[in-house]
Amino acid sequence: MTPSTPSTPTIPGCTNPPADTRDGAGPGAANGTGTANGELPVLKERGQREVFCGLTGIIWLHRKMQDAFFLIIGSRTCAHLMQSAAGVMIFAEPRFGTAIIEEKDLAGMADANEELDRVVTRLLERRPEIRTLFLVGSCPSEVIKLDLARAAQRLDAEAGGEVRVLSYSGSGIETTFTQGEDTCLTSMVPHMPPHAGADHSASRPGGTNGSAAARQAEPGTAAAPPTSLLVVGTIADVVEDQFQRIFGELGVGPVHFFPPRRSAELPPIGPGTRMLMAQPWVNDTMAALTQRGCERIDAPFPFGVEGTTEWLVAAAAEWGIGRERVMEVTAAARERGRKAVARHRATLEDRSIFFFPDSQIEIPLARFLGRELGMRLLEVGTPFLHRGHMARELALLPGTPRLSEGQDVDRQLDRCRADQPDLVVCGLGLANPLEAEGLSTKWAIELVFTPIHGYEQAGDLAELFARPLVRRELLEV
Amino acid sequence: MELTIWTYEGPPHVGAMRIATAMKGVHYVLHAPQGDTYADLLFTMIERRDHRPPVTYTTFQAQDLGGDTAELLKTAVREAHERFKPDVMLVGASCTAELIQDNPGGLAESLGLPIPVVPLELPAYQRKENWGASETFYQLVRALAAPHAPPPAEPRPERPAGQAPSCNLLGPTALGFRHRDDTAEIRRLLEAVGVEVRVVAPLGATAHDLARLGEADFNVVLYPEVAHAAASWLKRTFKQPMVTTVPIGVGATRDFLREVAVVAGLEADSLVERMHTQLPWYSRSVDSNYLTGKRVFIFGDATHAVAAARVARDEMGFEVVGLGAYNREFAREVRAAAKEYGVEPLITDDYLEVEEAIREAAPELILGTQMERHIAKRLGIFCQVISAPVHVQDFPARYSPLMGPEGANVLFDSWVHPLMMGLEEHLLGMFQEDFEFGNDTLPSHLRAEVPNDPATANGGSPAGSAPVIPAAEPGASADSAVPASALAAEPDGDIDPEWNAEAEKELGKIPFFVRGKARRNTERFAREQGVVEISVDTLYEAKAHFGGR
Repeated sequence: MTPSTPSTPTIPGCTNPPADTRDGAGPGAANGTGTANGELPVLKERGQREVFCGLTGIIWLHRKMQDAFFLIIGSRTCAHLMQSAAGVMIFAEPRFGTAIIEEKDLAGMADANEELDRVVTRLLERRPEIRTLFLVGSCPSEVIKLDLARAAQRLDAEAGGEVRVLSYSGSGIETTFTQGEDTCLTSMVPHMPPHAGADHSASRPGGTNGSAAARQAEPGTAAAPPTSLLVVGTIADVVEDQFQRIFGELGVGPVHFFPPRRSAELPPIGPGTRMLMAQPWVNDTMAALTQRGCERIDAPFPFGVEGTTEWLVAAAAEWGIGRERVMEVTAAARERGRKAVARHRATLEDRSIFFFPDSQIEIPLARFLGRELGMRLLEVGTPFLHRGHMARELALLPGTPRLSEGQDVDRQLDRCRADQPDLVVCGLGLANPLEAEGLSTKWAIELVFTPIHGYEQAGDLAELFARPLVRRELLEV
Repeated sequence: MELTIWTYEGPPHVGAMRIATAMKGVHYVLHAPQGDTYADLLFTMIERRDHRPPVTYTTFQAQDLGGDTAELLKTAVREAHERFKPDVMLVGASCTAELIQDNPGGLAESLGLPIPVVPLELPAYQRKENWGASETFYQLVRALAAPHAPPPAEPRPERPAGQAPSCNLLGPTALGFRHRDDTAEIRRLLEAVGVEVRVVAPLGATAHDLARLGEADFNVVLYPEVAHAAASWLKRTFKQPMVTTVPIGVGATRDFLREVAVVAGLEADSLVERMHTQLPWYSRSVDSNYLTGKRVFIFGDATHAVAAARVARDEMGFEVVGLGAYNREFAREVRAAAKEYGVEPLITDDYLEVEEAIREAAPELILGTQMERHIAKRLGIFCQVISAPVHVQDFPARYSPLMGPEGANVLFDSWVHPLMMGLEEHLLGMFQEDFEFGNDTLPSHLRAEVPNDPATANGGSPAGSAPVIPAAEPGASADSAVPASALAAEPDGDIDPEWNAEAEKELGKIPFFVRGKARRNTERFAREQGVVEISVDTLYEAKAHFGGR
């Protein structure tokens, strides 16, 4: 953590434990009041997992990168998932499609590569504006061991630079929901250009695997001075712009966002590039970027006022900018955020919440709801727990919630029914059945599809959780 | 491999889920990878079911593939039986599990559960959702009813004197298009004419209900896509006649009653006379004159498409300009109907092909599925959904069957609603330059969802919605507006006539919903006549030539 002394304005209306949850306070300062340390026991489960596969990530990735097309090599199930489950039928002209594997492909009567060529040619003719084509692996393509990486290489060479062809897996046997973004971004990393002045050969394989804080703790550790900031993980365009403005005012930069809005304009990276995770699910991407010499800045995630502040403070420290300056620059935004969040406190304070695993966003959101809204955390499930990337968040979690990783959905439903939480965060398959049992639910998927990062969205984020409870109060039928 | 942007049907195991979810006391163990659980939300979200579908997925992951996925399946079956205590269990594989060849049915049977276990073989790389539903229903009916079958040579005993004739209603499933209300309507209709409905299946049926299917005098096949196979088996096994007329529309409902009368031994005419529906009078009412000859394109599952075509032409006075279905299993029925209406049958599950056909036919109304609604939006044509695939909007809170007398009323209302009202259309024709009519004016009773015409709006539509009036902007967008086949079919198709400014302006005065057709007809006429520059005269000569608007 940065050695600077934090200013500690109090969150208006925050009287419940953790009583001294202070925006701007270092996490250490907040630890005294029921905040668990990072060593909460984790219930690991292995059973039926009621989760999406990684293909689902295409739903936001194809909107984020407007010059990219996602071609799933899969089955009718994959195509059906994409249109029905995702509820995207309403919007015309999707920039994704499925090459459906048929009996003749399996029986070896058709050459998979020839078939793929034919499909890709038809596709590129139809959509000449495509600059990046992702061949997306699925469960069936993985099981029959279709070598999409090689196919992508071949098609990429054939496209002669007009279109970049990449491949990644979004299969359910390898990826859970948001991990599909992680594998997608990872596939792009080798194509990111070295930034100006970066000698590619100087990149240190394996990286330092440590943050600025770690280095400061161990003086003498060599580190390239920061040359650029890379914010990793899809966030809404409007939120990008907000962060860009704050970084600009702080003098942190240049700042690039990954994935970029145009897939053909990949940000430059190399030693000296500092990385901030905007989403908790980009774990493999971070590893790949580290291989290219980038360094991760250890920070909580930018949800809520506190998370956003700590995220910015951590980044600013790399540029030698102190906490006071961050507080100065963000004062108005923090005040707005606090007010907006406080509006929902009455609804959410002391109410209990239970998270089913979905996107890996659960722990940071639980931290926000626990610390800034005073909710009681009963169970916080996550499909996958990256202890390293989640360390700061775990340290901030108030109370002693049950942490679970993986899922056995029937057993988890038993626990949920026994807990009788005031609010359940779960997938769409479970929401209505739980509502019918009298529980209030919040669809987890909305948390991935809605701008919720940063100060200006902190109130919206709180509102997402307050709405089901408000609605239940409202209805008299 | 087949490039698919949208798909009309899900995989066959989703069909099986529609059967399991419709019934009570059935549990389906599906050998499937993580992620296939998405199918649950079709039922909980689209249909707003208040219970999880009775499905346990093994959700294996990559790390399990080297190990024992078979053991995973056995554990899932055992635990599902313990937890849910079903009366009958279905066991099968989804597309990925089919590839690893664990033989789920065999494994489940080896556990020796004290309930019937029905193994399902649903080839995911050949078959689709409707077939999966049909096969699952057939296998369940067979497994549960066969033990009660009479000896093959034994004739069916006569119905005892004084006992009302009875039937089963077969075919309604979970996630079916208006199945809930159709079933209620047909039950009401049959009971009103003195026919007892014994079992409705699979919707709401138990294992016990399936076991006693053979007791009824006959079977009504409401949805052939789902129930034809099972009903045929029942006919062979229990010698139960089957009523196969699908009662959608007034004529078909009358035919249905006549068919029922024959197998139930009732007097047909009195049944038909007792049926009351508003459609015939509403359609004869003078205000409906404007419906005459409205061009309608129909696409859906075969049953709904064929039924809709009959209603459209015979009961609404529309002109059927296109007819097709996505389920090849029933292509024969569609071909026969298309022949009667004098159109080329369109049997395809390629969404792009359907889009192309609709563009070409330039209808004023599309009766289709949620996918055609999509196409319609792009082309600026109105669409009513008459068939699955479904969307949450297709599960209205109000009672709205498609079948029976009330169904006919629903069809009249919902198909007429989006069309221009008669007098309004005349006013529009007379005073096209009234600024409120404009080029993009919609019927005043509809909200202002403007189907932009790129000829007048300068292409500033948001990405992804690109509404394009057919042939309005040749070659301007990625999916070129001029169908290649239309050009290829024309002599001298390589010369593109040009519109002069005056003609272009005149074209702009034609109401947007027929403008695309007018433009294309004029261009075709010009090409045929070797006219290089289209003038106002060419426009009206073409109009006279084709005899249309």
